[in-house]
Amino acid sequence: MISDRLKNIVLKELDLDDFDFKDSTTADMVPGWDSLTHIQIIVAVEKNYKIKFKGIEILKIKNMGELQSLIDAKLAAVSTGL
Amino acid sequence: MNFYDLKSNLKKDFSNLKKVKVALLGDSSTQLLVKAIKGYGYEVGFNFDIFEADYDQIEMQALDLESELYQFNAEYVIIYQSSEKLLAKFYKLDNADKPLFADKHISSVSNLYQTITNKNKCKVIYLNFVETDDSVFGNYANKTGSSFLYQVRKINYELMNLAQKHKNLFICDVASLQNTLGAAFCTDPKIYITTDLIFSLDFLPVVAKNITDIILASAGVIKKCVIMDLDNTIWGGIIGDDGMENIQIGELGIGKSFTALQLWLKQLKQRGIILAVCSKNDENIAREPFEKHPDMILRLSDFAVFVANWNNKAENINYIRNILNIGFDSMVFLDDNPFERNLVKSLIPGITVPDLPEDPVDYLNYLRSCNLFETASYTAEDEQRTKQYQQEAQRAIVQRQYINEDEFLLSLNMTSQVKPFDKFNIPRVSQLTQRSNQFNLRTVRYSEEEITPLAKSDDYITICFTLEDKYGDYGLISVVILKKDHKSLFIDTWIMSCRVLKRGMEKFTLNKIVELARKNGLNEIVGEYIPTSKNALVKDHYHDLGFTKCKGDNNLWNLNVEAYTPYPVFISEKIPDTEKIS
Repeated sequence: MISDRLKNIVLKELDLDDFDFKDSTTADMVPGWDSLTHIQIIVAVEKNYKIKFKGIEILKIKNMGELQSLIDAKLAAVSTGL
Repeated sequence: MNFYDLKSNLKKDFSNLKKVKVALLGDSSTQLLVKAIKGYGYEVGFNFDIFEADYDQIEMQALDLESELYQFNAEYVIIYQSSEKLLAKFYKLDNADKPLFADKHISSVSNLYQTITNKNKCKVIYLNFVETDDSVFGNYANKTGSSFLYQVRKINYELMNLAQKHKNLFICDVASLQNTLGAAFCTDPKIYITTDLIFSLDFLPVVAKNITDIILASAGVIKKCVIMDLDNTIWGGIIGDDGMENIQIGELGIGKSFTALQLWLKQLKQRGIILAVCSKNDENIAREPFEKHPDMILRLSDFAVFVANWNNKAENINYIRNILNIGFDSMVFLDDNPFERNLVKSLIPGITVPDLPEDPVDYLNYLRSCNLFETASYTAEDEQRTKQYQQEAQRAIVQRQYINEDEFLLSLNMTSQVKPFDKFNIPRVSQLTQRSNQFNLRTVRYSEEEITPLAKSDDYITICFTLEDKYGDYGLISVVILKKDHKSLFIDTWIMSCRVLKRGMEKFTLNKIVELARKNGLNEIVGEYIPTSKNALVKDHYHDLGFTKCKGDNNLWNLNVEAYTPYPVFISEKIPDTEKIS
């Protein structure tokens, strides 16, 4: 499941009114999602959630579901103090 | 402004903004920088038309005279070579070549600049280098020419020298921006590694602003005056309540913050920025610290205008504007009080009102970070400006005592020295063409390099005028460039400093132009008014001087030389010691 929070960040950065994001949604399915907007989305997610991605993670994310899980994992690590 | 806001600006309507053609050549990925610059342009009223060269094509574009760059014909060419690429180049060198790295790089930049400006009439903005310490030598890097740190610093230093040598080369000081903001703010290694974008999304707007600041200044949009409040702005405390001995300045309380601010303002004044006071106070009380407090840095003589009363500040700023005769958009207003700031912002369009931080200890750093005082020129004469405006204020007071204007003008004992351009006055002439917006008939900007050939050409007549009266010397205040055209004389440039409006200087100038036309056997003078957003002041200039409108073209005017009778003027010509105009 893609949270509304993440969905809204992506919509805002891509300047889209709405999009039906699924776990399996990949960048090439979303209008405007290219390598440059990708960076803007990553930075916006980092700022919004106050988390940091690793370089390798940015390259490995394949779809929205993986991005969501990565965010969730990082948030869980913060809240458990890991 | 953050990057997202700049990006959002791209959707706005640019059609009414001034179009400026800019080319960006970079050796790393520049798409986001282009977006940031374009978006920042919207904030300041520019419609940047940007040509972005393909990735890493700087030399190809610059050295191939048939390239897209030259077909595009930019007014500004921005060159961005990154420290990362520079470092990679340095690492490829044999040890023996490392000490020569900076010299070689500078000569390649110099070559780029020469080639580009020979082919296109444009200004070049070169981004200098982040001074990366690669820690190969530790602090010893400072002691050896073989270290990257030594070479990159040398490059930045030599870039400054190069920019001094070439009037159309400007440096965007990325190194200094990173020194202030910190590497962690300016770069994001993860993004660089994965995409080759070097500046972080947070830093891009700062770089875009600084590039735009340079372009604005070269286009003549500059700040000329700082108007300041007193209580809690340039000293701590309230003079009317606390008394002179208790205000915080110097060593008292947080006085050091205010001393630092005053020292900075004094430096601005020495650079040629006019200072004025606008304070809600009784005038005699407000003046007292300037006269008597031992720790005050600023003194009454530092201010062109001093206004302390209980009127609203917008009214007072209007009054200051009338005396100084400069646009609101060239003024900066400093006040600690948000209410006053908002009042001034809402009532005076165009004025810059920095939102000073709440804590005075942060004032100076904040003001520095705003980069309000970008300029495209600096001459030794600039320092005299405050004195000239003080004299102007004095004249304004005396003028009120004369009912008859002619009588007043006569009482001024005005003299003007009339000279062709020469190597001594060309810097000031060029500066006037760059800075003057209001009394400027065609708003053609000339660099010193462009003016020199005009001064020597037989096809042109160049004249500049000084003005002096019993209160003081205005210096060089008017510039005229005339182009001979068969039987007529075309007024290519007619500029006058607004400080000398209403003195009959225009008429004196026209008398002179006609005299020169006659000497050259030309029987018609043609003038043109090209309207801009700022020169409505001279809309009727040629009409008022008795020119008649040319048929067909709305903005062209002509004057018959034979039928002309010189206007009576109250300015006498002071013959230069050296030579008369021939």
